[in-house]
Amino acid sequence: MTAQQTYDEPAGPDGSGGALPQTRGRSSTRLGDRVFRGFSLGAGLALLAIIVAIAVFLIYRAVPALQANTSGFLSSTDWDPNNPEPSFGIVALAFGTVLAAALALLMAFPVAMGVALFISHFAPRRFATPLGYVVDLLAAVPSVVYGLWGIFFLNDRIKDTSAFLHDHLGFVPLFASEGIYGRSILLASVVLAIMILPIIASLSREVFLQVPAANQEAALALGATRWEMIRIAVLPFGRPGVIGATMLALGRALGETIAVALVLSPAFLVSIKILQPAQGNTIAANIALAFGEANPIGRGALIASGLVLFTITLVVNMIARAVIYRRKDFIGGTL
Amino acid sequence: MAPAAGAGVEGIGTAGPLRRGLLPRWTPLAVLAAAALITAGLFAVTELQGTAGFLIVGSVVFLAAQTVVSVRVEGRRRAVDRFVSSLVVLSFLLALAPLISVLSYTVLKGLTRFDGEFFSRSLRNIGARDAGGGAYHALIGTLEQVAITTAICVPFGLLVAIYIVEYGRGRLAATIRFFVDVMTGIPSIVAGLFVLSFWILGLGQGFSGFAASLALTVLMLPVIVRASEEMLKLVPDVLREASYALGVPRWKTILRIVLPTALPGIVTGIMLAIARVAGETAPVLLTAFGAASINTDPFNGPQSSLSLYVFQQAGEAQSTAVDRAWTAALTLIMVVMALNLIARLLTRRNRLQR
Repeated sequence: MTAQQTYDEPAGPDGSGGALPQTRGRSSTRLGDRVFRGFSLGAGLALLAIIVAIAVFLIYRAVPALQANTSGFLSSTDWDPNNPEPSFGIVALAFGTVLAAALALLMAFPVAMGVALFISHFAPRRFATPLGYVVDLLAAVPSVVYGLWGIFFLNDRIKDTSAFLHDHLGFVPLFASEGIYGRSILLASVVLAIMILPIIASLSREVFLQVPAANQEAALALGATRWEMIRIAVLPFGRPGVIGATMLALGRALGETIAVALVLSPAFLVSIKILQPAQGNTIAANIALAFGEANPIGRGALIASGLVLFTITLVVNMIARAVIYRRKDFIGGTL
Repeated sequence: MAPAAGAGVEGIGTAGPLRRGLLPRWTPLAVLAAAALITAGLFAVTELQGTAGFLIVGSVVFLAAQTVVSVRVEGRRRAVDRFVSSLVVLSFLLALAPLISVLSYTVLKGLTRFDGEFFSRSLRNIGARDAGGGAYHALIGTLEQVAITTAICVPFGLLVAIYIVEYGRGRLAATIRFFVDVMTGIPSIVAGLFVLSFWILGLGQGFSGFAASLALTVLMLPVIVRASEEMLKLVPDVLREASYALGVPRWKTILRIVLPTALPGIVTGIMLAIARVAGETAPVLLTAFGAASINTDPFNGPQSSLSLYVFQQAGEAQSTAVDRAWTAALTLIMVVMALNLIARLLTRRNRLQR
């Protein structure tokens, strides 16, 4: 495990990592200490147990539905699990999930980099912290509110944009359409982009602020302009943190449910027509939308799709954490 | 880092004038005004229209004009610098746009039904097309679910954080620490599915507010652990050592010295965690299912919550229902923003700094 050596080391000179090895032997002999230590250890183990339990129970509930499935779960694009002869597969849902999240990342990343750099290196120092809070407020807005805003406000704007894109760039397969716009994958991914932007921005800002002043001053002393200084001193230093932040945001975009469920007009198709309604669906949104009418097999199928989502986000998150831990000392915050 | 350094600074060491001209400080403003005029002209003679379109085209014109002027007077390197600086400022403004839009639109729409009836009545016997009705039952649901979640998560999360910071050694502590971080990334819908398959389908319990609290616990726990862990780490070792030197046992040192010192920061973390779970919808949908009537018992029967109320009312086609959704959204935003604001104010009182 990547994190291993980092945590084994004793407290640093800055006083982080508070435990004191030298008193350990004596204090652990007292009854109160043993009880308290036991409780805290128990809590830690319980937390691990919860993660294991999530995987175990999802698998346990998914298996009966998967056994009743008449088509391949990993190869079919159908989604008809409530049928007496259930037939469902993850392909269309997984495709829509990845497509929407990838588009969201594509849109959010450049803007988030700009925001992070603005707060860390461009804004007047006095206003930098308050402006950072303002951007963090974007993360505080509940996803259901983004969904509501997405259908009733953003949708009309996206319709116009979609028509524009189709009229002028219709030869790009992504912008193909039969002339109807709105409630599309594009709308969903714009909403997702807004939601993940503060995650990338605030974590990246933290790393950019940690770049040693000596590196930056050296670049400036050599005559570099501000941008050249950022390119040769700030960005290379911040790269692992930025990659980690982006992966975390990707995990969030993959798993976002309610905002997508509200704005998207769903369909079980593998399609890249991102301007048109009813051209795709995501795993998480489908669970929220289909849950109300699901029979026992249907619920099992939804749980099976949730298991796929859990696995994908777990892998993405573990990679993100591994990357961040390599620069752990420089990244604070509780994201 | 090293290889990039050589390639990074063009112009240094190459032949050319050592000093170039500098544009005066008011240049960006002048270029901005010129760009606005040019864009207005473009919009007058071509078929371009719309505020958003004006801002986009205007930005492009501004960037282009500034770059041209700067290249001619100051040279390529400074032009690139100006170009990137402008892009950075533009992206910040772009990021502010949705925040302002969401907040102002929600306030605008939400005020329609922001009345006494909304906060004192439920949706019992109120159809989607009926006027009136309220979110009292949803408000009760949110309060109860979040209260139970907090009651479970705070002691649980604090203990885990204490283990990691005060006792944890070796592989086990590292593993717990790692999975706390991984747990923050679990999608909320998966937390809902977990409680659904474990508590409702597995143990045969019905939909209830408590089931929703269990799902929210999965989401809140890692946030509390991380926030408390950060704060506990900031407590200076000198305090612990002084306490040990006086013969105070370790558990008492943690409870009476370390925790109180870290308390303001921990409370900030708890407030932010509450704000986060109060807005969660998906897990509540799968575990409390939603109800139209008042149900004050979180342990029996379906319950609603504010966010779930927004989701379900927004799904209706009638404007009466959608108006209720907006008002509930406004209420939710006010609660969440208030929690965030209080948390930020508490941060100022926190004397432990990274």
